[in-house]
Amino acid sequence: MAVEWYLVLSALLFAVGAGGVLIRRSPLVILLCLELMLNAGNLALVAFSRMLGNADGQVFALVVMVVAACEVVVGLGLIVAIYRRRLPLNVDELRGLRG
Amino acid sequence: MSATTYAWLVLLFPLGGSIVIALGYRTWSGRTAGWIGTGAIALSFVNAIAAFVQLQGEPAKARHLTSTLWDYANAAGLDIKLGILVDPLSVFMILVVSGVSMLIHLYSVGYMGSDRGYTRFFSYLNFFVFSMLLLVLAGNFVLLIVGWAFVGFASYALISFWYRRATATGAGMKAFVINVVGDVGLVFAAILIFRELGTFDYLEVFDRAPGGFHTNEWTIVAICLLILVGAFAKSAQLPLHTWLPDAMEGPTPVSALIHAATMVTAGVYLIARTHPLFELAPTAADIAAFTGLATLLVAGSIALVVTDLKRIIAYSTMSQIGYMVVGVSIGAYSAGLFHLMTHAFFKALLFMAAGSVIAAMANRQDIDRMSGFGRAMTFTSVMLIIGSLALAGFPFTSGFFSKDAILSYASTRGGMYEIFTVLGYVGALMTAIYSFRIVFRVVAGEPCSEAEELAETGHVVHAEPENPATGDVEDTDVGFPGPEHHIAEQAPTMRMAMGALAVLALIGGVLQIPGVDDAITKFLEPTFEDSALAAIQPSVGDEWRDLTIGGAIAVVGIFMAYLLYVARPASTAVLVRRLRPLHTFLVNKWYFDELIDVAIVRPALAVGSFCNRVFERLVVQGLVAGTVDVVRGAGGVVRTAQSGFVRSYALLLIGGFTGLGLYFLLSSS
Repeated sequence: MAVEWYLVLSALLFAVGAGGVLIRRSPLVILLCLELMLNAGNLALVAFSRMLGNADGQVFALVVMVVAACEVVVGLGLIVAIYRRRLPLNVDELRGLRG
Repeated sequence: MSATTYAWLVLLFPLGGSIVIALGYRTWSGRTAGWIGTGAIALSFVNAIAAFVQLQGEPAKARHLTSTLWDYANAAGLDIKLGILVDPLSVFMILVVSGVSMLIHLYSVGYMGSDRGYTRFFSYLNFFVFSMLLLVLAGNFVLLIVGWAFVGFASYALISFWYRRATATGAGMKAFVINVVGDVGLVFAAILIFRELGTFDYLEVFDRAPGGFHTNEWTIVAICLLILVGAFAKSAQLPLHTWLPDAMEGPTPVSALIHAATMVTAGVYLIARTHPLFELAPTAADIAAFTGLATLLVAGSIALVVTDLKRIIAYSTMSQIGYMVVGVSIGAYSAGLFHLMTHAFFKALLFMAAGSVIAAMANRQDIDRMSGFGRAMTFTSVMLIIGSLALAGFPFTSGFFSKDAILSYASTRGGMYEIFTVLGYVGALMTAIYSFRIVFRVVAGEPCSEAEELAETGHVVHAEPENPATGDVEDTDVGFPGPEHHIAEQAPTMRMAMGALAVLALIGGVLQIPGVDDAITKFLEPTFEDSALAAIQPSVGDEWRDLTIGGAIAVVGIFMAYLLYVARPASTAVLVRRLRPLHTFLVNKWYFDELIDVAIVRPALAVGSFCNRVFERLVVQGLVAGTVDVVRGAGGVVRTAQSGFVRSYALLLIGGFTGLGLYFLLSSS
């Protein structure tokens, strides 16, 4: 299969993820969508790696996964903290940083 | 041990004493601190004598010993050492300073007895003596400036000793500020010397100076004038003298120590020390001599009219320092230093006697209120009379020989220097009158109520504590004078100190009697051997002629004082009425305070307030406020983006990246 199919899928996944981040209000779903965007990127990396016959892209994808795992830890931690403080789980209502 | 080792020990003991007293200020009970302080200075004096003996053991040519503890700075041609110079001049000075200081410490042990700041007082006092000894022993200009500044600080601390008295703290600040003016002059002089000659070391400077400068070249004149600024500030010469009378706010032993015997002589010492430079700049030396002459006349005339006992003595100090400055400036080095020594004796004695009288008057200092202490305080009165005799130059007292030695030298040098002799005698007449004005007012006459009470009950009169200058009510806690007033009659240490000084004031002159001996000149010769001026010596006949004139003037002056203050007491009031403008002029101290106020303080204040109004308010504050406005305005614009909506941030991020990606995509194709 040509690399274009993979790229089209990756772009679609990324667009879904970005759309989710922009329109959903629940922090949990936003986090999921972020993961989707990261994995879209991973897919593109792996596809290019395969096309070029070079393992660098796959290594990069592994690194992205590690970073994504870390990010999830922080993100989920925040969500748990928000819940424990009985704050609304709605990013539009959490506007304490307004300038 | 060599002379230099003893000289280091001379420095060590007062410094150690000061530190030990200060560290143990909670521990030392009673008069322990006083005895530690006195002991430290006594040890210092013993070591000074040892240094003197060792130095006399050297051959005359080799009596310039230097010693270095370590290098301050040694880089790029700069070589500053923590070093001392031991030569006849510095040994002479440490003998006078430590000797007289020892007696003043002894006096203070009793005098300050009831003061709550007793321990602090002796710590300051020892530190002061250390600073003065450092000043005279320093082997280069840098260490000299260190000692010079220490002395300034110590005098500030001691003048403001009663720190809850507003007048005392004000006087301390005044002394400190004027002294700093002098410090600045001295620092500039040292920098100029280094620029021209490349060294700070005394001996090297004096060695290179004759080759480095033409006579009266502007640089050497500038150096000498800057040195004079320093010397005049410390020695209270016109126009930097106004701090000295005010400094009488300090305790009386402080007046005796700082403002009679040691600190004010620093300027005289400095001119004598740098005499090779002054001989290359005769113009500067003449300026110094005429300033000294003006000071001795101005101060003498003021002393005739002020009524504060300590201030009369303070003005007489200024006047006598004027004689010394004239002496060392015109070349009568040994005579000037001889007068420095005898003056230290009789002036310290006068201050001590005055302190005793002031204590008996419960801290009041107005001589118009004093009279008839002759019976109540016989010992003090005798001391006062001896001190005044020596000050007036009564025949065969110490002041008689030393003052006339300066005037005699001036007349021998001839030419315009005859002026110094003639006007010096005018000053001597005033000296005799004002010194016996003190005696006749305090000792003679009907006993005042305080004297009567003292004579009858043996107790010092009790009075509510108050500031003698302003009449403000005070208490007797720390920061104000203590509750009890000690007079010399009753405190053995004070009697001892005054007795020793009285003997010295009477017979101190035997060191140098024309035609009989010249111990001081002989001793100081190695320091001044290269001086052409020191070689001029009046003949014995001339000296005795001048001594006779001086003695006659002293006797006439004392007789005039007798007529004015005892025989016809009403005549002073008549004189004051006849010469009203002159009296007002003198009582206001020639308006020097007002002159300095108009010439320096007011313009400085005007410049300051102008800078405040224009520069500070408009330029600086405008700049600051403008910056703030710009930043705040920009922030106001940018803050609208900071909405707090996480999703709008995400949109900005994604939109931004998309835009950026599109831009590169389009621009690359």
